[in-house]
Amino acid sequence: MPVKCSSSCGKNAILKRPKTGDALCKDCFFWAFETEVHNTIVSGHLFKKGDTVAVAASGGKDSTVLAYVLKVLNERHDYGLNLVLLSIDEGITGYRDDSLETVKQNRDDYQMPLKILSYEELFGWTMDAIVGQVGRKNNCTFCGVFRRQALDRGATLLGVNCVATGHNADDLAETVLMNILRGDIARLQRCTSIITASESEGSIPRVKPLKYTYEKEIVMYAYFKRLVYFSTECVFAPNAYRGHARAFLKDLEKIRPSVIMDIIHSGESLQVKDDVKLPVRTQCTRCGSVSSQELCKACVLLEGLNRGLPKLGIGKTSLANRAREQQDAQKTRIVNCDF
Amino acid sequence: MSQQQGLEITLEFGGGAELLFGNLKKHQVTLPACEGKWTIRSLLTWMKDNLLKERPELFIQGETVRPGILVLVNDADWELLGQLDYEIEAKDNILFISTLHGG
Ligand SMILES: [Zn+2]
Ligand SMILES: [Zn+2]
Ligand SMILES: [Zn+2]
Repeated sequence: MPVKCSSSCGKNAILKRPKTGDALCKDCFFWAFETEVHNTIVSGHLFKKGDTVAVAASGGKDSTVLAYVLKVLNERHDYGLNLVLLSIDEGITGYRDDSLETVKQNRDDYQMPLKILSYEELFGWTMDAIVGQVGRKNNCTFCGVFRRQALDRGATLLGVNCVATGHNADDLAETVLMNILRGDIARLQRCTSIITASESEGSIPRVKPLKYTYEKEIVMYAYFKRLVYFSTECVFAPNAYRGHARAFLKDLEKIRPSVIMDIIHSGESLQVKDDVKLPVRTQCTRCGSVSSQELCKACVLLEGLNRGLPKLGIGKTSLANRAREQQDAQKTRIVNCDF
Repeated sequence: MSQQQGLEITLEFGGGAELLFGNLKKHQVTLPACEGKWTIRSLLTWMKDNLLKERPELFIQGETVRPGILVLVNDADWELLGQLDYEIEAKDNILFISTLHGG
């Protein structure tokens, strides 16, 4: 016996909403999904009329749905946005080259211009080459740090007003949990905000229109809209730490379905006392991007790769400095011998 | 009520779940005749023994699917249909989508 749609439209329900438990038919689900994203955009003041917005597009489910729904809402509600796709090619054979094909499909389907920037052209290293240097243990650190900076540089290059990312509610709850477990107060404060980095800080703001959207609904939306996305896992070791946080949350959800929203809410409500010392955000002296250290993480990692000391950016700063000094001292010695 | 003949159904996989099933998105299968009715619960056990090619823990945990795998029966969320207790009928289309891969 099919269950009827909760909105008494008379049609059969196709989905039980994780947030509310409502049973909805396909059309009522599409409407609810899109309206909630619209409400998030409006109440968070994510965009201004005339903005050029880069959608950070990976070819995966989140960014594919984000690009599609932004196009729909831009037309429906006359946001007046100029939407473009920005993709980062990490240089991972058999993974990114395939997913970029999906992004190109998005470009054609949604009629949005696409810019692809590669790690190779930005940093001189592909992820394949980085993994060759550092092995498969810490490569996610490199990938994550470089992607963040690559998006910033791509956004600057395109001259956009902001970058929209596909982070969903599940991702965010995971991040809150991970930052709590790591004791990373600074990130904990930043990670739930719907807009990060104001223009006054010199970098282009990031917005998360899917911040309150559940992963289940994103996947169901993509399925029922027949959106094509890329779903192969990265060929390199997946982020194990996030995997644990995710598994833990999924277990909690079975006992308490509202846990995702509850954790996001907790993250938003946490306030750090005024007298707690937080890292001051300044600019990297080498590349100018936002950083709490003299050198940003991307520059330290890059220096490590170029010096053949790939661990440089992974351990403590003090250890990195010592490794750097040792190598410099060695070089001086070699130079001295030449005389 | 027992089913004399086998039960013909279609199993589909998406979102990366197909990788655990020989990278094949669609399987036509016949469930053997059995005492009582086939349910998703018994289907999962059957799939584990007969269809799952690798790393079963990525698909099944305990008696149910791994959290993060969505199940649709004839294009409807199994959470509307009694989940594990849903009684399978001939010609049913059961789809498993992984939400766990890629952003
Ligand atoms: Zn309805
Ligand atoms: Zn830098
Ligand atoms: Zn995700």
